[in-house]
Amino acid sequence: MTTATGTETMAMAAPAAKKPSKSLWQHAFSTIVKDKLALIALITVGFYFLLAILTFLGVIASDWGLEVGPSYAAPSAEYIFGTDIFGRSVFLKMIKGAETAVAIGLATSFISLIIGTSLGALAGYFGGLVDELIVWFYTTFSSIPFIMLLVAIAFIMGKGTSTVFISLGVTSWVGLCRIVRGEVMKHKEREYSQAASALGAGHMRKIFKHILPNISHVLIINFSLTFESAIKSEVILSYLGLGVQGRPSWGTMIDDSKLELARGVWWQLGAATLAMFIIVLAFNILGDALRDALDPKLKGK
Amino acid sequence: MNLYSYILRRLLYVVPVLLGVCFIIFIIFNVVAPDPAFILLGKHATLEQIAQLHKELGIDRPFWEQYFQIVKSAFTFDFGYSWSSKQQIWEMIKVGVGPSLSITFPLFIIVNILSISIALLVSFYRGKLIDKAVLLLSIGMMSISSLAYILFGQWFFAYTLGWFEISGYEAGFPNFIPYVILPVILYVAISWGPDTRFYRSVILDEVYQDYVRTARAKGLGELSIMFKHVLKNAMVPILTYVIIQIPFLILGLLLAEAFFSIPGLGGITIKAINTSDFPVIKAMTILSAVGFIIFGVITDVLYTVVDPRMRLK
Repeated sequence: MTTATGTETMAMAAPAAKKPSKSLWQHAFSTIVKDKLALIALITVGFYFLLAILTFLGVIASDWGLEVGPSYAAPSAEYIFGTDIFGRSVFLKMIKGAETAVAIGLATSFISLIIGTSLGALAGYFGGLVDELIVWFYTTFSSIPFIMLLVAIAFIMGKGTSTVFISLGVTSWVGLCRIVRGEVMKHKEREYSQAASALGAGHMRKIFKHILPNISHVLIINFSLTFESAIKSEVILSYLGLGVQGRPSWGTMIDDSKLELARGVWWQLGAATLAMFIIVLAFNILGDALRDALDPKLKGK
Repeated sequence: MNLYSYILRRLLYVVPVLLGVCFIIFIIFNVVAPDPAFILLGKHATLEQIAQLHKELGIDRPFWEQYFQIVKSAFTFDFGYSWSSKQQIWEMIKVGVGPSLSITFPLFIIVNILSISIALLVSFYRGKLIDKAVLLLSIGMMSISSLAYILFGQWFFAYTLGWFEISGYEAGFPNFIPYVILPVILYVAISWGPDTRFYRSVILDEVYQDYVRTARAKGLGELSIMFKHVLKNAMVPILTYVIIQIPFLILGLLLAEAFFSIPGLGGITIKAINTSDFPVIKAMTILSAVGFIIFGVITDVLYTVVDPRMRLK
């Protein structure tokens, strides 16, 4: 792995230059910047976020719904990715889809972050009956296969964009909860945590001011994982007719293409898959790089 | 704690988990879900018709009785009748298992052998070019939606090139083979990436252990360290990961079965979702959860047989 070698040179270079020691985040940032692949991934993710913000503000791709040419025009100089059945530009739909994808990724990751962190921290910190109850709850929850639970929740909530957010969010917190629980358990026994108690810190202060900041790397890594898997799961929801309504998303574009392929119309599938491939790949690479950069066990190895 | 009391305790824990699963299903389908009368009778139903239907479906009974009904079905597999086909659901499931297995079983064997072999290879050459190339390829292939694989594969390899059957199914051993080749290939392409990455990380966890250094210090060759020491220890998490896949074999593949018209359980589930067939969706959810719980117990027990330290927890 490229980042591991980056870390090695860092660790060797640091004492020689007699620099002041770096914090975890400074260290992680410099590791990622030095790793070219991770840096490209970071820039790509930033580019997609920029696209999403610009389309959200209506600066670009706001006219995606306009008819720009004949139905199913093949890709050409005039229509970069061709047109769809209504003669709309597939390229503009793809750009507008970035906004949908980023919205889904953010909403899902936030929901799962809030549920997973709070339940995991409670279970790990208080232990005993609270722990037993929360462990029982997530064991139960994760016993139902992800796809069935997702479908069941999306199904009863009915169609709509908020359905996509909520159904993806409430089905993707278990992994994070499990990790946070374990980490909090370890950290509450550490000296700094005991010192905080000795100084009279209450439970909430210890959890939020002392323990959670120390395990924030877990949250960040998980955020990037949830983000990309939410974008991928949205395709399945769209296929089942439970996806976002009234605006283009990569999932609905891929789903639409199932009727178009037999007529040789491949560009809608191609454009959506390409757009999705790039951001999911970037998140995957970034997630790996973050894990290498932020995992204290690997630091300086 | 000895082995038997551990197994007993682990078995007893199944009860609250199963009750919890049934509770979640009950909340979703019996409390939150819209009134099935809208789906079955349409907008113009009279009040008597609606009352009659509620009585037939048993949803006029008190909540605890409805909940008990769900718990009972998890044990008796009596899921009632499908709304759209009017068939008994358990009969539909029995018919669907065969076709599902004909595609998931070869897939399970191929993917696991392939990804464990690749994982061994790349962890032997860890940090070298081949390791990086395989990692990048796996991340790249994981970044494409499974639906895109199926759509592209079916269109390009079956429709355009005509190499495979586009869709359809024939029961019986040699007859089904031409219909399952393409879905199996596509799913190997979809799932080798995550599996290989998992096996690789499990093997690499072992590679940096002290006993490996000891083995190296006493002069053992890298190859014999890999197979006699590392693989032996990595086998525990690898087996766990393999066993927990088994219940999903029976459930089939949702998307592939729908696209290739394979009459398995995955296809049945997709059809049920499209036609709002509550009892079938409910039955499939319960069935998959029960399978998952049972195989979870099996893995945990096997784990403790292999690694007695686990019992202490």
